[in-house]
Amino acid sequence: MASGTETTATSYITHHLSYNKVQLGSLGTIHIDTLVTSLVLGLIAFGFMWWVVRGATSGVPNKRQAFVELALDFIADQARNTFAHGDVNKFVAPLALSVFVFVIMMNAMSFMPIDIFAWVMEHVFHQHQWRGVPTADVNTTFALALSIWFLMLYFSVAVKGFGGWMHEIFCSPFGSKFWAWPLNLLFNLVEYVSKPLSHSLRLFGNMYAGEIIFLLLGMWAATGIVGTIMGALLGAGWSIFHILIVALQAYIFMMLTIVYINMAHEHH
Amino acid sequence: MDLNLTMLAQAIAFFIFFWFSKKFVWPPLMNAIAERQAKIAEGLNAAEAGKRALVEAEAKTESALKDARDRSQAMFSDGERRANQIIEQAKLTAKTEADRILAAAQEQIQLELNKAKSGLREQVAQLAVAGAEKILKREINAAAHADMLTELKAQL
Repeated sequence: MASGTETTATSYITHHLSYNKVQLGSLGTIHIDTLVTSLVLGLIAFGFMWWVVRGATSGVPNKRQAFVELALDFIADQARNTFAHGDVNKFVAPLALSVFVFVIMMNAMSFMPIDIFAWVMEHVFHQHQWRGVPTADVNTTFALALSIWFLMLYFSVAVKGFGGWMHEIFCSPFGSKFWAWPLNLLFNLVEYVSKPLSHSLRLFGNMYAGEIIFLLLGMWAATGIVGTIMGALLGAGWSIFHILIVALQAYIFMMLTIVYINMAHEHH
Repeated sequence: MDLNLTMLAQAIAFFIFFWFSKKFVWPPLMNAIAERQAKIAEGLNAAEAGKRALVEAEAKTESALKDARDRSQAMFSDGERRANQIIEQAKLTAKTEADRILAAAQEQIQLELNKAKSGLREQVAQLAVAGAEKILKREINAAAHADMLTELKAQL
């Protein structure tokens, strides 16, 4: 909750949607909440996997190892079914794993009850502003999507050579006649721009919308006893539905990653 | 929409996590899984081989049993035949012995009979002579009537 004297609907929402910004001299600003939350989540998730893998046995696995194996196997399956250009274990599958695990951990932060989370950040960690869901910050989703995008460019050039890539940009999909070149270029430009945009904004939009709904329900809960009961019930319902969204968006983000890397390997 | 340095920092963080999982998470666990798969395949093959060996051993046992049964059967019938032979022989020996004893006994009886007959004959002759003496009231000269007596004896 805001520590201001009066809380209005606007100030409540504005407060919850504001970032904890830190100015780094002339370099620019940074969202310390998004960054720290995602780093902690990443350390927990990848640290957990590392811990399990270090104790991994090729004999009978314990439940912990079986769980991690299940996740890795699932991702390896998806990668193998989608990626058709060589061994997925070398690059694509670990990439899909890190994308999936990172995104689902950050998405799952939206299960934190917003106001309790804010209270803990305020009174335990003395942070007045703290956005808890890193994927509801465009910076995170763009960072991931653009990372994939650069990898895509890298593989396009690495697999086909610069000439091959240029040929693809000017000569597909409408053929290599010289009058089709501008059309092909335009088409490919749109594609190259829309890929990272849709990739990142899909995830961002879903998580941001989820957060807004939780905020609206939280606001309703402050209006009286009926609002509290309805807010709690609907909040529970939305949380349950949100489990699906959290997992699904992480899965979609991972699949698109594999698909884009696969497309970068294709010759035209 | 507020794009700033956070994006760069997040991208760097992501690449570090990616590098980490590519190096320390993915390969060891995938190796462990592959190793386990190999182990399981090996185990299944061993089980298959064991099953085949069992079938073979069963067939071997079956044939050995059959062989043993045949042999015991042969031994049994052989023994039976031998026993019958021995019994037959024993019967034959017993019968011969019995015949022999019977013949000896008959001979003995015949001898006794003849002896008794000749004794009786003697007695009858003497009785006849004594009778005749009484009838004639005089002594018969044995020597004088020897011929007559001998003739009488032969008639008896």
